[in-house]
Amino acid sequence: MKYPYYPGCSLHSTAREYDISLKAVSDTLGIELKEIKKWICCGASAAHQTSSLLAIALPAKNLAEVEKENIEEVLVPCAACFARFKNAKYQLDKDPELLKEINDIISQTFENKVKILHPLEILSNGMSTKIKQSVKKDLSGFKVVCYYGCLLTRPPKIMQFDTCEYPVSMDEILKNAGVHVLDWSFKTSCCGAALSLTKTEIILKLIDDIFENAKAVGADAIAVACPLCHSNLDMRQQEANKLFNRNHTIPIMYFTQVLGLALGLKPYELSLNTHLIETDELLSKIY
Amino acid sequence: MEELSHNMFDWDFANKVQKMAGNSINLCFQCKKCTSGCPIVFQMDYSPAQIIYAARLGMKDLVLNSNTIWLCASCETCTTRCPQDVDIAKVMDAGRILARKEKLRAGVREIAIFNKTFLQNIRIFGRLYEAGLTVFLKLRTGEIKKDLDLGITMLKKGKLKLFPSFTRVFEINRMFSRIKKLEHKRI
Repeated sequence: MKYPYYPGCSLHSTAREYDISLKAVSDTLGIELKEIKKWICCGASAAHQTSSLLAIALPAKNLAEVEKENIEEVLVPCAACFARFKNAKYQLDKDPELLKEINDIISQTFENKVKILHPLEILSNGMSTKIKQSVKKDLSGFKVVCYYGCLLTRPPKIMQFDTCEYPVSMDEILKNAGVHVLDWSFKTSCCGAALSLTKTEIILKLIDDIFENAKAVGADAIAVACPLCHSNLDMRQQEANKLFNRNHTIPIMYFTQVLGLALGLKPYELSLNTHLIETDELLSKIY
Repeated sequence: MEELSHNMFDWDFANKVQKMAGNSINLCFQCKKCTSGCPIVFQMDYSPAQIIYAARLGMKDLVLNSNTIWLCASCETCTTRCPQDVDIAKVMDAGRILARKEKLRAGVREIAIFNKTFLQNIRIFGRLYEAGLTVFLKLRTGEIKKDLDLGITMLKKGKLKLFPSFTRVFEINRMFSRIKKLEHKRI
């Protein structure tokens, strides 16, 4: 299997662990990822909060480049990019006039035919046997809660992905890998997203609730599939501890890192040493 | 709360929001599911349901000066749960766009600055240059010391790139200019 791959800005910087671990896991499972050339930023929330045309034009430019290469689908691991791509595709499907206008803006003739995929989709559809057969490490004692955040599933009429209030794809992938997945109440709660840089005190409250519930159900770690969720939960955890007088040290891991461990990859091959909340203690229980 | 008077209702504003929101906001019957699901409502001056009602009545000053439209994290919980298919998150976007158009002082200044700085950054570099974004954000908001330790830790962990790359900058610049012209006429 071969997928063209749009990493997005975060996976080349703050979320490079996601990029590294996704590639390592794909390699192990026989999936080939090919980064698309000269991709540009999807615009994230700043674009749709400022201009509805810009919010569509930026993802459309990337999709047009993929289409030009006669490629039918693109893999988008960042939940925010994934949502922006899906939004653009949805609006353009609905409105042929808008498609014409966007073609003028990006100076390209583009038909909006590319299918947008998330790694959770390709790893949960038809890959369960392959994953089960590839497990090398027993992680049945490793207790994880799956945190999906907002943008993977909402709004459902656009995202068409999993079940919006109670998604299960990540749970299933990790269960197939032999991980002890726990149920909890905060699967799709918001972490505050980009407010982290401007209104930090708000996100501290939101993430504290998430940590408290994860701890209450007995989780060793929180698995995520979104760079922004990861940076808020990992980089702001100590700050939230200080504000609410807690002592959480819950490792936040990309689901690809958890899956990678089960597939027998070494922690350094999954970049588990670059998180702010150390994973050493937890890993020493496994190794 | 100030007293209601007829000149508070700007029907032109109500129509604009209506158009920008896609589906009709007049379908709202104030069940307040948007408000009960909103993760940020505890910090908002008006709840999402109040903003929708005010927008329907054309209460432009209330909507555009609220902190609600800026604090909304675009988590889409409201839009997902609305039984009447009102796109509440899109109304918040419309509010921000119109407030900017009217050159109003943003209800939450840092967030407006963040969006502006973010877009300027990708217009220059094509891809987000995070270290640059952080520096410009600090200079503009005046919060120089905020997150300084965090930034240093991130650099040490290799999570921030020191130098930017440039991708399709001429094309992006052209896209931004075309959009600006088109939207100037429209909104």
